[in-house]
Amino acid sequence: MAYRHFEFIEKHAWMLGILTASMVSLGGLAEILPTFVEANRVKLEAGGKPYEPLRLAGRDIYVREGCYLCHSQMIRALRFETQRYGRFSTAEESVYDRPFQWGSKRTGPDLARVGGKYSDDWQRVHLTEPRAVVPQSNMPAYPWLATAEIDAAEIAARMRTLRKLGDPYTDADIAAAAKALDGRTELDALVAYLQGLGVANEPRPAEANAAATAPVARTSP
Amino acid sequence: MASTEYYNDRVVRLFLLAATVWGIVGMLLGMYAAAELAWPGLNLGIPWVTFSRLRPDHTFGVIFAFGGSALMGTCYYVVQRTGHCRLAWDRVAECTFWGWQLVCVLAMVTMPLGITQSKEYAEPEWFIDILTAIVWISFGAVFFATLARRRIRHIYVANWYYGAFIIAVGLLHVVNNLALPASLTKSYPIYSGVADAMVQWWYGHNAVAFFLTAGFLGMMYYFVPRQAQQPLWSYRFSIVNFWALISIYMWAGSHHLMYTALPDWVQSVGMAFSLVLLMPSWGSAANGLLTFNGSWHRLRSDPAAKFMVLALVFYAASTSEGSMMAIKTVNSLSHYTDWTIAHVHSGSLGWVAMITIGSLYAMAPRALGRPEMHSRKAIELHFWMHTAGTLLYVAAMWIAGVTEGMMWRATQPDGSLTHAFIDSLLAIKPLYVLRWSGGVLIWLGMWVMAWNLWYTAADARRKVILPVPVPIPEPVSPQTPAPLPVAG
Ligand code: HEC
Ligand code: HEM
Ligand code: HEM
Repeated sequence: MAYRHFEFIEKHAWMLGILTASMVSLGGLAEILPTFVEANRVKLEAGGKPYEPLRLAGRDIYVREGCYLCHSQMIRALRFETQRYGRFSTAEESVYDRPFQWGSKRTGPDLARVGGKYSDDWQRVHLTEPRAVVPQSNMPAYPWLATAEIDAAEIAARMRTLRKLGDPYTDADIAAAAKALDGRTELDALVAYLQGLGVANEPRPAEANAAATAPVARTSP
Repeated sequence: MASTEYYNDRVVRLFLLAATVWGIVGMLLGMYAAAELAWPGLNLGIPWVTFSRLRPDHTFGVIFAFGGSALMGTCYYVVQRTGHCRLAWDRVAECTFWGWQLVCVLAMVTMPLGITQSKEYAEPEWFIDILTAIVWISFGAVFFATLARRRIRHIYVANWYYGAFIIAVGLLHVVNNLALPASLTKSYPIYSGVADAMVQWWYGHNAVAFFLTAGFLGMMYYFVPRQAQQPLWSYRFSIVNFWALISIYMWAGSHHLMYTALPDWVQSVGMAFSLVLLMPSWGSAANGLLTFNGSWHRLRSDPAAKFMVLALVFYAASTSEGSMMAIKTVNSLSHYTDWTIAHVHSGSLGWVAMITIGSLYAMAPRALGRPEMHSRKAIELHFWMHTAGTLLYVAAMWIAGVTEGMMWRATQPDGSLTHAFIDSLLAIKPLYVLRWSGGVLIWLGMWVMAWNLWYTAADARRKVILPVPVPIPEPVSPQTPAPLPVAG
């Protein structure tokens, strides 16, 4: 292309704008559209159930408190990683995560399969004052969770919003929220969410777990 | 047609002030967050002081409030100077200033209250996102309308970068924030899981590309030749780099998701394009540095130029580091560790902050009607504080990151893991303290800049407070009412 073609662009702002907009759109389109198709397929295959009310409330507290800034939920397909945290994470496991919680920084360990690793009581103490159980930890304390109650109407509204986005909640699921959340604190919800990680979001728990690498590090932290 | 038009520097001055204030606020938050990682007691058990609530405030504060104000201010300054025309639509331009400040204040207040979407660099909730989009479109309208009024046909390359920055960030912002509100303070994205991850890191990476790179390159392409007092080393080379940069960047986002559940082919495409990206990145850095050829002696007398040169060196360094980290085997070590934090801050403290500070020192006296900054010694001092702080920060986090990466993968001869997770945290704790001390130096340096700007603005401030006296003309006869007494 001769330089005078470039010169034309250099002298016309609209030309510059249009060309820029199209060049920046290409890469995104090429990568995002196929990923959508793929993600849709995964969603259909995964079947599974969306978060029940208590765990949903817990997930939203996890988001609100910013736990994702120190904890990942994405075990990479690398030997030393599966050895420490368990079977690598798959796309099916996060189909109901809006937004996704894979994280990008591990100031603390991965949580993708932390469900069942500790007792509920350990989790409560740890969240309220981490240094009571792990003295060297630099995880912040979250003491206010134990006293804050959950607003059931709010969670029901959230379930209805999620249903509009395609998550398969039934009317009965939503109606049951009030009872499931009655008298529960934010700490209960967060612990329920953590205990479900790697357990309740498994697509086909039985065969899949048996087939994959055994989660060696389950017992030793 | 001899009408005297003046540059609209009022809005530029406002953005200059905002950038300084937000720089200090944003870095204070960074410093406090760094301290919390070293001494967790500082979380105080208060929700909005907790590390995980303050960290998004730090990133938003430095990127969008500090960086954004600096970019919008310099953009308005540059488009007027290179087009030899006044900014279009004064009112709208002023509204973009107040609108942007409103966005920043709303975001910075809501995030510590826990109102967040949890998508990195796109945390503010939907109502702030809508406001942001409106302000952004107005900003773009003022910019392109000013381009349309320019009196020089050729559009100078700095404006290309500013234009791309405006278009791309607008696009990224809208696509990544599509969400359905459940209430005023909570919304759910229309994407979930893998698709959400892909959209988020397409956004996240290109926020880096177009906010933290293209925008600041626009700044560089104007202020570096200005400060070197020489034309750009090669104008054509800058154009080639422009098209290469904006086309390639958008393909590279998936290098944030290596070895994850993202489809393999997308990861490989991301890696390949990240490697190619090195060329336009180094191209721009080289172009800027070579512009100083023949005037290197100016560095001795002009500390603002020193900031610019070091910014370009850090730009070259952090982009090479980035391309290296995008290689899958390297990423398997660096991902999730403080190595990423080192890379981020060599890019942001080294490149973004230094080019901004250099440009502010270059622009401030001109926008404030002074021959130069109040104190050159203070700029010199700021330069050394910032440089020392950045080196401390980056070196500490680099060592911490490699240490974590190595410890996490170390295995015994029998195949079992050598270290428990907590061991790696203990190993790097002293480095967290070191990083914090680097941050303190940098933050104090920002105060030196604020002090210097305050005194440089003394004259301009006086003019606002004491209006310039306007002489009253002699009365002209004949006049029906008795002439007013001459004011005394
Ligand atoms: C400053 C970073 C940080 C933040 C923020 C943070 N954590 Fe942690 N977390 C850690 C560290 C470090 C550890 C490892 C030491 C320990 O057990 O306390 C940890 C450990 C954990 C563990 C035990 C994991 C295991 O396998 O042993 C759980 C569960 C956990 N955190 C949950 C949370 C939740 C829930 C939140 C948000 C409310 C959160 N963390 C916020 C740093 C953080
Ligand atoms: C006084 C100077 C600064 C200090 C002390 C500081 C400190 C910090 C700390 C402690 C974190 C959290 C790291 C972690 O989670 O482990 C962080 C993250 C971050 N900072 Fe800074 N910062 C400073 C300046 C800046 C500037 C000027 C910018 C940008 C222009 C910036 C951009 C970021 C970004 C983008 C992240 C997120 C990184 C990621 O998620 O990977 N910082 N900073
Ligand atoms: C050629 C140019 C560049 C390439 C190829 C590149 C590549 C990368 C890679 C591979 C990561 C690590 C992702 C991960 O493992 O999680 C990363 C993170 C990051 N980079 Fe760069 N980088 C480049 C330039 C820059 C520049 C100039 C900046 C300016 C500040 C920057 C800011 C960031 C930020 C903020 C992150 C952290 C994202 C997060 O996890 O929160 N990068 N980059």
